[in-house]
Amino acid sequence: MIAIIDYDAGNLTSVKRALAYVGFEAVITRDPKVLLAAERVIFPGVGAAGAGMASLKRDGLDQVIRQVRDQGTPLMGICLGTQIIFESSEEDGGTPCLGLLPGRTIRFPEDHHSGGRRLKIPHMGWNQVRPLRPHPLLDGIPAEAEFYFVHSYYAQPADPALAVAETEYGLTLTSVVAQGNLAATQFHPEKSGPNGLKLLRNFCTWDGRDA
Amino acid sequence: MLSRRIIPCLDVRDGKLTKGIRFQGNVDIGDPVQMARFYYEQGADEIVFYDITASSDRRDIMIDVVRRTAEEIFIPFSVGGGIRTLEDMRRVLLAGAEKVSVNSSAVRNPEIIRQGADAFGSQCVVLGMDVLKVPVSETIPCGYEIYINGGRTATGLDALWWAKEGRRLGAGELCVNSIDTDGTKEGYEMTLTRMISQAVDIPVIASGGAGLPDHFRAVLEEADADAALIASITHYGEYTIRQLKEHLAGRGVKIRKTWE
Repeated sequence: MIAIIDYDAGNLTSVKRALAYVGFEAVITRDPKVLLAAERVIFPGVGAAGAGMASLKRDGLDQVIRQVRDQGTPLMGICLGTQIIFESSEEDGGTPCLGLLPGRTIRFPEDHHSGGRRLKIPHMGWNQVRPLRPHPLLDGIPAEAEFYFVHSYYAQPADPALAVAETEYGLTLTSVVAQGNLAATQFHPEKSGPNGLKLLRNFCTWDGRDA
Repeated sequence: MLSRRIIPCLDVRDGKLTKGIRFQGNVDIGDPVQMARFYYEQGADEIVFYDITASSDRRDIMIDVVRRTAEEIFIPFSVGGGIRTLEDMRRVLLAGAEKVSVNSSAVRNPEIIRQGADAFGSQCVVLGMDVLKVPVSETIPCGYEIYINGGRTATGLDALWWAKEGRRLGAGELCVNSIDTDGTKEGYEMTLTRMISQAVDIPVIASGGAGLPDHFRAVLEEADADAALIASITHYGEYTIRQLKEHLAGRGVKIRKTWE
């Protein structure tokens, strides 16, 4: 069974619906027992890092997510979930995060330009996700595939080896990271059409091993 | 780099498409969910539903449309029309829409923008603006005025001021619809779109006037729009989204090509 972590962060049902569409039942839960017993766990999220971390801590889910990671359960972060996996975020005046991966989440520059054009923040819409190395999550997905992003902050892994794919938006940001049984995307696979569904299906059959 | 978006707009009344949309094969599709699905498969980057249901006691029908759509298509879609309160927003978002759009209701009660952004995040709140070109005056220094009630009522608000005010209140995106060009098929309102897109740091969707593929290139490239809304140009089968995108890609406009 697949568990989606419920921590009051945005529209969690869209992930559940996308999983159902590719043939996998999921439960949305904050029950530690269910999360620890799940075959795989998704850590999604839309919203702000401060409120997200506060909600996780209130329910003791920060510890539960660490346990899920440590016991080897395939774990996938999406958007805010991905940002919170790192050590800290600049959002909400600086928010200490889970620290499952080394690095921090920073904001796009205020006056963000590229090619003479002002780049709008949030980075919202479809952008290309360029693989840097193979990973089971990206199996069968074309190298030029585009995914749906909506975010104003992005995670910067401290270790370049964590990066699986990157995306250009006036700067180069890491759009997929992975290490062991943990993989995470800055974009929303559940809103990214057939390629996003394929990525979710890949996660649902992944054995939790990196490459 | 980020792709420019092509966004079909579907008008819905009492749970049915208002226009009997007619495609190759002359199949009339009245069901907005099927239609959204069709556009999803055709390569639409996003879908907009505009609910023109008159009576508020029939709004549950739209919620059902949203819920069914969310089970069928996996790209973002938004719902506008009749969104007046935080509770209206909550219901549409919980049913599976990615964004809600406010228009007249935000002019009457600008706080709805702030409340929506605080509760659900700016990325969920689109400010729709119906704009008419007017003589430049002291109250309308930009020469474009905001209208409400489907373009029937003047508000005395300067469009440029309102765009910035909407941004300040927390809107995450603006949809700028020109009353002048709407339905003309002579192209988008370039001056208006450019003026607003360059004045705000949030994405701007241009609306009203698409008739030819090159109208998209013009508004996306020359007027700096981040996305373009379409209706009749594809609803009646004159062009497919693929044809529009091929035209754009052939002229160097970055668009999403991988949807199959």
